[in-house]
Amino acid sequence: MTISKVSNTLLLEPGMEDMYKCVHCGLCLSACPTYLTTGREMESPRGRIALMKAVKESRIEPSSRVISHWESCLQCRGCETACPSGVPFGFLMEQTKAELIYPQKTSLKQRFLHFSVFKLLFPALPLLYVLGTLVKFYQKSGLQRILRSRIVTKVAPSSLVVLENQLPAIKGNFFSASTKIYPTKEKKQGTVGLLSGCVMPLFQGPIMEATVRVLNRNGFDVVSPPGQGCCGALNVHAGERERASKMAINNIEVFLKANVDKILTVSAGCGSTMKEYQNLLDKSSSISSEDVSTFVSMTQDITEFLVSIPLSVPKTALSMKVTYQDSCHLAHAQKITKAPREILQSIPGIELVELKDSLICCGAAGTYQIVQKDLSTKLLSKKMATIIETKADAVVTANPGCIIQIENGIKQNDLNSPVYHIVELLDLAYSTESKI
Amino acid sequence: MYDEPLVSSLKSIVGSDFVICHPDDLIVYEYDGSVDKAIPDVVVLPETTAQISSILSLAHEKNIPVVCRGAGTGLSGGSIATHGGVQISLSRMTRILEIDPLNLTALVEPGVINLDITKAVAKHSLYYSPDPSSQKSCTIGGNVAENAGGPHCLKYGVTTNHVLGMEVVLEDGKVVELGGYPEAQPGYDLRGAFIGGEGTLGIATKVLVRLSRKPSITRTFMAIFADLDSASTAVTQIIGARIVPAALEMIDALAIKAIENARPMGYPRDAGAVLLIEIEGLAEDVNEESEAITSICEELGVREIRYSELAEERERLWAGRKGAFAALGSLAPNYYLVDGVVPRTRLPDVLQKIAKICSDLDLPVANVFHAGDGNLHPLIAFDERQPGSSAKALQAGEAILELCIEAGGVLTGEHGVGIEKKEYMPLMFTPDDLSIMKAFKQAFSPKSLLNPGKIFPDGKKPTQKASIRVGSFSTTDSDVWI
Ligand SMILES: Cc1cc2nc3c(=O)[nH]c(=O)nc-3n(C[C@H](O)[C@H](O)[C@H](O)COP(=O)(O)OP(=O)(O)OC[C@H]3O[C@@H](n4cnc5c(N)ncnc54)[C@H](O)[C@@H]3O)c2cc1C
Ligand code: SF4
Ligand code: SF4
Repeated sequence: MTISKVSNTLLLEPGMEDMYKCVHCGLCLSACPTYLTTGREMESPRGRIALMKAVKESRIEPSSRVISHWESCLQCRGCETACPSGVPFGFLMEQTKAELIYPQKTSLKQRFLHFSVFKLLFPALPLLYVLGTLVKFYQKSGLQRILRSRIVTKVAPSSLVVLENQLPAIKGNFFSASTKIYPTKEKKQGTVGLLSGCVMPLFQGPIMEATVRVLNRNGFDVVSPPGQGCCGALNVHAGERERASKMAINNIEVFLKANVDKILTVSAGCGSTMKEYQNLLDKSSSISSEDVSTFVSMTQDITEFLVSIPLSVPKTALSMKVTYQDSCHLAHAQKITKAPREILQSIPGIELVELKDSLICCGAAGTYQIVQKDLSTKLLSKKMATIIETKADAVVTANPGCIIQIENGIKQNDLNSPVYHIVELLDLAYSTESKI
Repeated sequence: MYDEPLVSSLKSIVGSDFVICHPDDLIVYEYDGSVDKAIPDVVVLPETTAQISSILSLAHEKNIPVVCRGAGTGLSGGSIATHGGVQISLSRMTRILEIDPLNLTALVEPGVINLDITKAVAKHSLYYSPDPSSQKSCTIGGNVAENAGGPHCLKYGVTTNHVLGMEVVLEDGKVVELGGYPEAQPGYDLRGAFIGGEGTLGIATKVLVRLSRKPSITRTFMAIFADLDSASTAVTQIIGARIVPAALEMIDALAIKAIENARPMGYPRDAGAVLLIEIEGLAEDVNEESEAITSICEELGVREIRYSELAEERERLWAGRKGAFAALGSLAPNYYLVDGVVPRTRLPDVLQKIAKICSDLDLPVANVFHAGDGNLHPLIAFDERQPGSSAKALQAGEAILELCIEAGGVLTGEHGVGIEKKEYMPLMFTPDDLSIMKAFKQAFSPKSLLNPGKIFPDGKKPTQKASIRVGSFSTTDSDVWI
């Protein structure tokens, strides 16, 4: 085995010594979706940490083979929940990607994806909107139907067909940040700021609107201040920390100026990134650490917020059997599992059936469904099998990525059960009540 | 050594996706939950008994050692390929084949996770009783091989009391069945002999387990004491009062500190020791035993007793205990865990002596253990980067084991002998005893190709090996010797 001196300087960033908190006890194995699916130790949290240690100690090179084992990680952080030793796996993986993977993106496909996703689209929201409009036109105009005809799918490369099939349907209107105030008609309890985010307002406009209605109904004015951008989650997960930290600073500045009581997000992935902004910023950043911690302490997931207020109970029953899939970045990164269930159970008429392995990732994981198609597909079919077992009328979850992934699964299985964000269900309950 | 013909034969048996032979990949198969490390030459991930049989006959023909691996949570180096060769990982054999709620049995593949059996039968109000603290990840095959115990084995017995039979592939690839249903089988109890065989007798490919009915009430107590001595006296007195709790666990002050540092679980940081006591059964019995236990604890000056019958709160009381070993990583880089057993009546006295042995050598020691059956787990903290510190820890460990045997106890309660304790076997067994054991092993495995280098002493004292370990691994490696 060749030992390279160079790698000695790798993985030395502050915080990386936490990899030595891992005592290779293996208690995380059964929480890891990729280990459970492949049975391979390299695709397990313990294995991925062992590879970090081996690289750091110059026992092996960070070869493309080693990197592939890190890249197959969903960054779902199920292992963090399971680890009794308190190993901060999410951070270790993000840092490893930042140091070893991001700088040497090799394949052309990946480089293209990276460029378009991380440099072009997410930091510059307007471009994303233009793209969204085109997609919407494509779906609404009938072009999609033509392209989906058998002739075209036969000639097009298969990967393109799969990607095209995964394209989420754009529902309703876009939702965008603006100076607009959405006032409550009830007795006012306060004002909250809503992160509009990137994908969410584009593909999931109705969820954003439902959120506004639910908050209004509970006595809160809602603003989604202009100038805010994407939270930076995808950049952080890919190891693109520099750009992510700029996005963080911008969001902190915009929201702290907005004069709100709380900063809310409907996307678990955004929430976990925002609550960890301090990991992206240090003394050299152009923002004070007090501002960072104020922002972090004000940030809440919508479900966390709703159980902290006297939530108004819908007056009519929604007779429906639902099951809940925990979103990884809510359950594992933010440790929120009870709030969503509490909200669901507070809606009259809702019967909640627990989903087997609801804490295991559905395979969405940001861009994972595109770059790790094989594993993602396997995870989705496992997830669908357990969903079907519940015989639920609808699936509820708390993150846009999960919704898109499970909707794909529903489509593939020729089912027609709806997939709701939890606020949509609450909104549905409130809206049926007003019709009476 | 990379052996091309071997690798391609293995690929033709299990498919090339399931043969791992690149050095970058093999490195993650060098460890288990213990301290010993060795890299296998090749790892195979079979899916069926037939594939395992073919792998073993191939290895038999070529005289290649074979080591089997469940989840690699073992604490005595059992699944470490000290002699290289083929490592068979059972991580893909995870099917539950049959559940028979009327005869109270389940037939499972060896890679099934212990807790998954309980999850699968919960709908029948049944569960699989042995509950090692690693039950969320360890496999039933690994449990059989180590005859694993757990907190609740005090009342209900260890793995061997809950496994009725198994299908086993022998060294030469032959498939046999040991034991079975119904329990009373004529002839020698080869099932019993195989359990605890530490992977040296054959590979279990199917396991028939006994299921138990869930008790109607379970109540968990956390009794908080100001010092270790009164807590251990409480253990002796509870058992002496003929109460057999479902579980009776001790956690001392240093262990509490580790747990609370790693992941706060609400354990009192200023306590001298905490006992976790669980009682189960019908309401009347539970109430009666609760009263008896409470009054024993009160007489010994217990500071506080918390208790609950709600599953969620009980789980929280247990969470700290179950994660305690790994939590020790938050205190010091290295630990050496001794797995000795002593008669319960000797607990207070032995614990004091252990404290003295360690303080004489200037080593901190934490105790987290199955107090009810006298199964000690002193964890000796050290930092192998300090010269001479590993040797000191091993010296303390050896003195503790000698102390246990002197007190009428044994070398290992549940973690197995493996690599870690093989050199201590002569403390308990005469050369005659050992040669009878060896002859027994050879009846199963004449060529000794299965898991070589385990259980039997080979003359290398661990104190000598320790210095090699320090030299060959990174100075910052934080192994827990659990
Ligand atoms: C945090 C922690 C807590 C623990 N708590 C306990 C406890 O309370 N009680 C307890 O008893 N143990 C405990 N252990 C030790 C360990 O979990 C058990 O020994 C367990 O039985 C090992 O199972 P495994 O699947 O990980 O086996 P491995 O570690 O992979 O293997 C252990 C041995 O079993 C052999 N083996 C594995 N599968 C088979 C098979 N199918 N056929 C034949 N041989 C096989 C291997 O060759 C090896 O010798 C703990 C470990 C940890 C890390
Ligand atoms: S549970 Fe934690 S300490 Fe144990 S192997 Fe996994 S990451 Fe390491
Ligand atoms: S983050 Fe998820 S996929 Fe990655 S190692 Fe942890 S549990 Fe496995």
